[in-house]
Order: sequence, then structure tokens, then C-alpha cells
Amino acid sequence: MREYAYLNEYVSLQLDSGKCTGCGLCQQVCPHAVLRVEDGKARIDARERCMECGACAKNCAFDALKVEAGVGCASAIIYGWLTGKEASCDCSGGC
Amino acid sequence: MAEPASSQQKCSCGPAESETAKPADNPATSSCCPPRTDSTREDSISSCCSPPTSAVEGSGTPGCCETTTESSCCTEDDTAIRHSWERPGHRLWHFVCGFLPTPVGEVPQVSTRLTTLDHIGRWQMRWGIGRDRYRVAPGLYAVGNPDADSDVLVSANYKLSFDALRRELQGHDLWLLVLETHGINVWCAAGKGTFGTEEIIRRVRETGLDRVVSHRRLIVPQLGAPGVAGHEVRRDCGFKVIYGPVRASDLPAFLDAGYQAGEEMRRVRFSTGDRLILTPVELTGLGRPTLYALLAVLILGGIGPSIFSFNALVHRGGGALLVFIAGLLAGAVITPILLPWLPWRPFAAKGALVGSIIALLTLLIFGRDLGTADGFALLLALPAIASWYAMNFTGSSTFTSPSGVEKEMRRSIPLQAAALLIAAGSWLWAAF
Repeated sequence: MREYAYLNEYVSLQLDSGKCTGCGLCQQVCPHAVLRVEDGKARIDARERCMECGACAKNCAFDALKVEAGVGCASAIIYGWLTGKEASCDCSGGC
Repeated sequence: MAEPASSQQKCSCGPAESETAKPADNPATSSCCPPRTDSTREDSISSCCSPPTSAVEGSGTPGCCETTTESSCCTEDDTAIRHSWERPGHRLWHFVCGFLPTPVGEVPQVSTRLTTLDHIGRWQMRWGIGRDRYRVAPGLYAVGNPDADSDVLVSANYKLSFDALRRELQGHDLWLLVLETHGINVWCAAGKGTFGTEEIIRRVRETGLDRVVSHRRLIVPQLGAPGVAGHEVRRDCGFKVIYGPVRASDLPAFLDAGYQAGEEMRRVRFSTGDRLILTPVELTGLGRPTLYALLAVLILGGIGPSIFSFNALVHRGGGALLVFIAGLLAGAVITPILLPWLPWRPFAAKGALVGSIIALLTLLIFGRDLGTADGFALLLALPAIASWYAMNFTGSSTFTSPSGVEKEMRRSIPLQAAALLIAAGSWLWAAF
């Protein structure tokens, strides 16, 4: 299975190690193994795989993770541009 | 029958209604929809207002299920029994195979076997036919004969998610807590927040889950995590969120291992099969803008020295139409399939590459019949169109970030537009 990576340099994921308690929940919820807990602290292991889904930040009870979460979907972003609203993936059914 | 569950989204089961529902009623009372006149195949009767008697019966047996060890499940062809479950104004979903008395009323038991109806429904969804929402009623369901110690799995009410889940649970005794995600799958709904903290808390309270089970654990699919803050769920309703694996097929192994998911179970993949499944709905979902563009190309083809000619419309317009369709297939079908093997990270670049290769091949074959200007137009237009449609596949992929997609679009849309404009100019000029 090939690894997918996307335009990493723009990803908004930020980790505040000072607040991290090493509970490991972020590593558990990340669908792309971006975060890894080592020696009692989480660290960003593979930034280029982050898709900004927001699962880690949402589940961090210690507020150590920040990410501008959203949908990585061109038509959602076009919708956002055209309507001035937040990009929303309102695709029907299958998505 | 060709239209199972059609237009269920019209049933607006609003939150106001749910708040008034008494927990002592059937767990899924909230999902009661107003009686519908155009009812074809409807929300499960299970989910709507079981008669008061059954709730009373159930409420006396806190442990539940002891009396029903011989499951009424899988007598699904027994029409006499099915008829006894009928309620005026409702229709029973085919996957409901029995009802389990619990302290909060009767809970529908669902079959773990998919039937022809389920397969037809899935096929229709994959091709985008007939409807855009395919939902089951939210609330509490049972698989097998769960008791107060059985695990609770949380799921979305998109029927394909619901089917994918129950088919993996054969031989298990579990509760399914189905959230109202308006017929959207877990991951997308979590991104929107409809599969989220608040909905879990609301649904736990509404179903009276704390009276059905003695433990305080919820197994939530990992892909629900973008919408669910586990610590908030615990704080507000006392249930601890345990994140299960990404794929329903890994659930039995996860449960057997004492809620441990290996690294592989926690990763989202995007196999060739996954990408292939998406292409039909990608094509049928192109919608009006693409239809209008195709029509515009055809009509523009008619413009020429004689102002407008039908002959030119057929020949030049038809030719341009084929180029458009070739670009569309290159971007929306071939690029997604070849995705991991194409160079560069931006989807727009991958699409442009596939489009260029097809354009060059077309020129090699038909180049002699085309003039220089027409050939030039083809060489620019086909990659631009392919690039655009490839870029739109980002939304179907499982690894693109919004900030990356936006960056990619800001760079590539001007190039796509410029290429298309020059191509259109060259093509129209060639007519004179």
C-alpha cells in the first residue's frame, strides 16, 4: 500500500508540548498516524500526512493541540468563496 | 420496491419534538415522523411509538432479555409474525427481525444478514440514483440478545454505514445507538459536527441508555472523533467514549482484544477499490454546471463564417464535445484510479499530466485531420479540463487538508482558466 502525502507545508496543526500529558488519545484518533507519543509526550511524526480533520484537537482534554479543521474538498471551498460562508461539504449522500 | 427509503429526509424529526419525548416511551420515539401520505417503504415501525403495553411489560425486567434467549431473530420470512408487529401508519424495515423487551420499552433487533433490498439500495447510492439521503431512524437497536453488560456501539443513520456495521456483527450480542446524522456517513457527519458530542449526549438521554445497560461505555467509531470530544461526553452524561477501529470489519477483533486496536486498524487507507467505487457517483454527481458547459461547447461550435451553421455545430461542436468528455474522464476517472502512481502532490497537476498524455495521443492519431489552431486548442483544453476535474476529486479523497486544497486551487485555477481561454480563442479563430 502506497503512502499518501499532501501539501504539507500549509498544514495548520500545532502542538504545545508544555500542555501535553502524554495520554495518547490523539495518537489513537488520528486516521493517518501523524502523532506519536514517545517518552510521555506527543510529537508530530508525519506532518505531511495531516488532513486537518480536527479529531486530535477535539479530543485533547488539555488543549495541547490546535488545528484549523475543515474539509479538504475543492467544491466545498468554491462554495465558500462564492457564498462567503464557511466551506461546507454538503455533497449529497455518498460523500 | 425500486425506491426503498425514498425521500425520508422530508420527515423532519426536529429536536423540539424529541425534547418532549418521555424517556419511558420507546427509545426511538424522537424519530417519530408525522404520518406520511406518500409512504412507500418507511422508517422502521420499531422506531416509532411502541404501544404502551409493551413499555409496561418491559419496565418490570431491569435485566431484560432473560425471557428471550430464544431469539425471534431470523424468522424474517414468517409473514404472520411480521404482521403482528405492524402499527397503523408505519411499515417495518426488512432488517428488523424481532423486538427485545427492555426497561425502556421494546428495542428492535436487527438482522446481521444483508438482503437483496440492501444490495439494491447500495447499488443505487453508488450510482447516485433516485435520492440523496438514505437513512434509518435514529435510536437504540439490538443485535442478537444483548443484556445490561453488553457493549454499545455508536453509529450514523446513513443506511450504508448501518448496513456495513450490522453485517460484521454476526454472532455478537450488542446494542447499537444510532445517531441522527441526516443520512450522512460517520466521517462526513463528524466533520460537520452532526455526528458529535451533543448528539451523542442527547441520544443517550433520550433512549434512556443508562437504564438499559449497567456499564458506562460507548464504543464510537474512530472516524467519529472529529466531531466528538470524549471527555465532554463523559462529563455531561457519564459515559466513557472508547474509540473503535476505522473499519467495521475490524470490530470483532477489536472487541475480542478488549478494546485494543492495532496501528493498522487505526489508519485510513484509500485503496484502488475504494477509489473505483467513488468514480460512478463522481460522474453522476457532476450536475448542472457540467451539463451547461457541454451545451455551451456544442453551441459555440456552430459559430463560423456564416455566423451560425448547424453543420458546424455537429462537426466542430461535436468534436469539441468529445474533447471535453475526454478531459472529464481523464480528470474524474483515470486520475483517481492512477492517483498513487502519478507524480506530484497537487491533484490538479496529476490531472493535467493525464490530460496532456491523452491530448498528445489524440493528436498523434487524429492530428492530420485537425488544423494547427484546432490541434493547439485541443492540446491546451484537454489538460485544463482534466486538471479541473481531478482537483475536484480532493473532496472524495481521504487525505487532503483544507489548507492544502485551497493553496492548490489558488495556484491552479488561474492556469486552468488561462489555458481554456486561449484554447477557446484558438478554436473559434480556426472556424474562420
